[in-house]
Amino acid sequence: MADKSKTDKKQGQMETLGKVLNYIRKYWFLVGLSLILAAVTVALTLYVPILTGDAVDLLLGKGSVDFDGVFRIMIKIGIAVLITALAQWVMNTCNNHITYHVVKDIREDAFHRLEELPLKYLDAHAYGDIVSRVVADVDTFADGLLMGFTQLFTGVLTIFGTLIFMLVTNVPIALVVVCITPVSFLVAKFIATRTFSMFKLQSETRGEQTALIEEMIGNQKIVKTFSREEAVKEQFREINGRLEKCSLKAIFFSSLTNPCTRFVNSLVYAGVGIFGAFVAIRGGISVGRLSCFLSYANQYTKPFNEISGVVTELQNALACAARIFELIDEQPQTPDGEDAKELTAARGNVKLENVYFSYVPEQKLIENFNLEVKPGQRVAIVGPTGCGKTTLINLLMRFYDVNSGRILVDGTDIRELTRGSLRTSYGMVLQETWLRAGTIRDNIRMGKPEAADEEVTAAAKSAHAHSFIKRLPKGYDTVITEDGGSLSQGQKQLLCIARVMLCLPPMLILDEATSSIDTRTELKIQNAFAAMMEGRTSFIVAHRLSTIQEADIILVMKDGNIIEQGSHESLLAKGGFYANLYYSQFAG
Amino acid sequence: MGRLMKYLKDYKKESVLAPLFKLLEAFFELLVPLVMASIIDRGIGSPETGSDMGHIGRMGACLLILAVVGLLSSVTAQFFAARAAVGFSTKLRQALFDHIQSLSFTNIDRVGTSTMITRMTSDINQVQSGVNMVLRLFLRSPVIVFGAMIMAFTIDVKSAFIFVVAIPLLTIVVIGVMAWTMPLYKKVQAGLDKVLGITRENLTGVRVIRAFHREAAEEREFRQHTEALARSQIFVGKISAIMNPFTYIIVNGAIIALIYTGALQVNVGSLTQGEVIAIINYMSQILVELVKLANLIVTITKALACADRVAGVFEIQNGEEAALLAGEDGREIQTAQSRQGGREQGVRGGIPFLAFDHVSFGYAGAGADTLHDLSFTVNKGETVGVIGGTGSGKSSLVNLIPGFYPVLKGVIRMEGKDLKTIPEEELRGRVGVVPQKAVLFKGTVRSNLQWGKPDATEEEMWQAIETAQAKDVVEGKEGRLEAKIAQGGKNLSGGQRQRLTIARALVRKPEILILDDSASALDYATDAKLRTALKNLEGNTTTFIVSQRASTVRHADKILVLDDGELAGVGTHDELLAGCAVYREIYFSQYPEERLKAAREQEGLQGPGTEEDKERQEEAENNGKEGAENGR
Repeated sequence: MADKSKTDKKQGQMETLGKVLNYIRKYWFLVGLSLILAAVTVALTLYVPILTGDAVDLLLGKGSVDFDGVFRIMIKIGIAVLITALAQWVMNTCNNHITYHVVKDIREDAFHRLEELPLKYLDAHAYGDIVSRVVADVDTFADGLLMGFTQLFTGVLTIFGTLIFMLVTNVPIALVVVCITPVSFLVAKFIATRTFSMFKLQSETRGEQTALIEEMIGNQKIVKTFSREEAVKEQFREINGRLEKCSLKAIFFSSLTNPCTRFVNSLVYAGVGIFGAFVAIRGGISVGRLSCFLSYANQYTKPFNEISGVVTELQNALACAARIFELIDEQPQTPDGEDAKELTAARGNVKLENVYFSYVPEQKLIENFNLEVKPGQRVAIVGPTGCGKTTLINLLMRFYDVNSGRILVDGTDIRELTRGSLRTSYGMVLQETWLRAGTIRDNIRMGKPEAADEEVTAAAKSAHAHSFIKRLPKGYDTVITEDGGSLSQGQKQLLCIARVMLCLPPMLILDEATSSIDTRTELKIQNAFAAMMEGRTSFIVAHRLSTIQEADIILVMKDGNIIEQGSHESLLAKGGFYANLYYSQFAG
Repeated sequence: MGRLMKYLKDYKKESVLAPLFKLLEAFFELLVPLVMASIIDRGIGSPETGSDMGHIGRMGACLLILAVVGLLSSVTAQFFAARAAVGFSTKLRQALFDHIQSLSFTNIDRVGTSTMITRMTSDINQVQSGVNMVLRLFLRSPVIVFGAMIMAFTIDVKSAFIFVVAIPLLTIVVIGVMAWTMPLYKKVQAGLDKVLGITRENLTGVRVIRAFHREAAEEREFRQHTEALARSQIFVGKISAIMNPFTYIIVNGAIIALIYTGALQVNVGSLTQGEVIAIINYMSQILVELVKLANLIVTITKALACADRVAGVFEIQNGEEAALLAGEDGREIQTAQSRQGGREQGVRGGIPFLAFDHVSFGYAGAGADTLHDLSFTVNKGETVGVIGGTGSGKSSLVNLIPGFYPVLKGVIRMEGKDLKTIPEEELRGRVGVVPQKAVLFKGTVRSNLQWGKPDATEEEMWQAIETAQAKDVVEGKEGRLEAKIAQGGKNLSGGQRQRLTIARALVRKPEILILDDSASALDYATDAKLRTALKNLEGNTTTFIVSQRASTVRHADKILVLDDGELAGVGTHDELLAGCAVYREIYFSQYPEERLKAAREQEGLQGPGTEEDKERQEEAENNGKEGAENGR
């Protein structure tokens, strides 16, 4: 059982590695160049000590120094050193280039996936966790990858270079080295597999912590309002404590690799020394050659140290990469079909046929929903909170797909239309105002980036946002922070309305679009809305019944079903749920 | 970095022991060549002295012992280093989180959320690995470099002077590259902030982005940011990549020089061949150490840059302290004013529960005042409606009561005491706030209600839930009080969330309850029931209701009408209808038919009595209708 999970884990790691290699493949030229330069660097670094040795050999003793020879060698060393330095620099630059581009590619893919993931996924996952994958995990991965590139190539090549030299010089002693060194690999591997799960736990705990940070710092004001600072700190302390424990484990155990492999190296060194000494006594090797051997034995084992260090770093990187790929490999929404039609200049005939939908299978929500809306009609949706009004909008916009039945726009099933063309055919103003970091102008222009300044101003005017925008320090060029910063909820809503006013799509969805706007302004906006709704199919969700009275169809929803349907007058006359609702607004 | 060092204080022992054991290991490592030299000199020997097999065996054992001792000290060093680094970052993270918790509303407005989050996460992680590396390796390098130089001096002074030249050069390169790259790493980190910001935005605004079909445009923008990030990363990389080649050139240049001086001196006979080899070996040893150091430099410069950013958050406090000090100066004047005001009030008899005395307020960095010269009083147990246009300052007004923001001019008194003299903790404990944005926290219904009162009993919770009209919400959930709430309350609808946030504020039975337009997502029926329930609350709760709906504030004991930051009117519904133009306009915009009635009345019989009668009649009628539904 344990073995199975181990092999599974290993397989997962290999899979992750494969995916990483796939990303690197794009930069094969740079990788090749980097490899060649690594070879040059290693060859020359190994050659320089030989040259130095040769030079020393020429310093035989008093009065017998071959100055001409020494000078020639000195020049050779100088040239070799300069080439090495240059090759090293170019190689490092290549590695940087590869790493940061791979990282950029991965981030872009992750972001691309984010744009394609169904809302079902996004609604169900903590934002903090996703953000930490795209930012922090990718960052750690970059560190590991860069280290891998800069040290892995040269390390491996140094091993091979010295190995060849040693075999040429003396086979038996070389064999001693070759036999002992694999031990260091085993040790490194043992530690690496042990630490992988520790790093993963660390990464998970970190994700949990990030989610908490996101939640609490994002809603700092509420925390302060309830004087919950201490409780929140306590909550943080608990996770922080767990993180400390698993970080300590991960870091300590992974840092054991170095001392352990170094220990193996010391064994190699001792082995060569002792065995070499015996060989030397029998005259198998000269003392000079032996000392040369010893220094190469050191050179040979040093990269093992580095490589094992790199391996642990790569483990960590792979654990992070696995989390990113988990996101990238998440099932995206079903793509628009090949033959999906573009919805252009929709007339606005919307029809729902036997629609069934629920977020979770066990909890029924919308059942056998039927509705036909003729072009230009106004549909108002009312009902107690939680009755499924917002869900209906989720379906109309195709944020969620129906479980069964179908929704038709102008006679075409919306699943046969491209999502983009369907959604841009609706102008949507939601109760939850969302603005992005940037200027007011950019926010209004969101749906129509090419709009001229005059158009923006006109839209703002019709949304009655112009006057307050003008009063801002820099007018339309005032930069607002994400979430609107110091703007009031109502001002934010006005901006959201201006955003839609600018695009004027053929159909409208207004979900509590004016809930945060005072009634005086609302009255003015209503006129603008009325002008906008003229000839456009509109869906209006509102609590304020004054907004609804003029609708052609009023849908009264309760628990996912339509319980009443008709015009204001007919519903009042009926004296049912709607009539109750209507009269209650005058009650104290 | 300096100001962060205090978090390492508790790990003094570890931070000393880790490098100490590391040095011990280095020391044992340095002994190895000596042992080996002995093996060669005495063990193998020369034709004259003959060989000594026993000595080789003894020295071989010696090598093994050195290896084991080296391993032990190294493992010990790693352990202490890891403990110090992890302990340090844990403490630092907690301190930073605590600090952010202590920031004032003004500062929260000023500092962005996303940058706080990167600083709390990735920046601190970088600092942690920096500390770990420093403890493990950084101290070792200088010691070996200078150790090698001292060894060179013991062999040959002339050659050693080459070390004296080479080492400062190397230091310049190392420090120069560090100084150059440090600000660049900060830039990289800022680029990362941007990437984080846009990622977050795309998660929070996913519906709007998809509705406008902006996915492709967003990706383009994201790409711009990642490209800029990659560019700055590659640029920094190029510069830090200079270090290795330069040190390589300097060290090998020094070796060439050593060969040359060596050649001269060997020729004169003042140096032997073996000694030259030894000196060159020491120089190579320096190179090996520097290569290790170079790999570290990147980690360390990054860590330093990140440490700076973390320290930056701690610095925010200083600004706040300065502001507080300034506020203290101002308080003197205000208390003088308030004493005077108090006397005036005293004449009128009885101290009002809450009094605004010529209060003005503006947000930091904003041009004009948001609220201007407001004066009014509220008695205990009253219900106060606050109504006004969008951006008229309603929320700002109620935000002053729990002391979220300090007033600029004037004074707010609670039971005659200046709000500023009441400790924050006490004040907030007496006030229950339901914010505009209905946010719940990950956990259960119970854990969310405990925000209001940590030791609330089951009964208190249900009472609050019932008053907040959230009974059906909670009862409809599996597990009731134990029902799971997702982050931000995403698994609830807007109205459900709003009702639970109201319950949260009610659990603590606050003296002052503030509803900041917090019923906007409720339908009229629920809203009406909520107001009735609030009115019937036990105890003497003073309630502020901010709303856009005239129907919501209409039955309040006192209505404050705000217009563009000014108090346009104070009074009851009827008083205001008669005497406040702004209020009249708001009211009639919501009840167009009333306008007609009022107009007709003015034309004809008129007289306030008639209007009141009508209203009372209408109200009774409506109550009757609603009563049928509520069973009230």
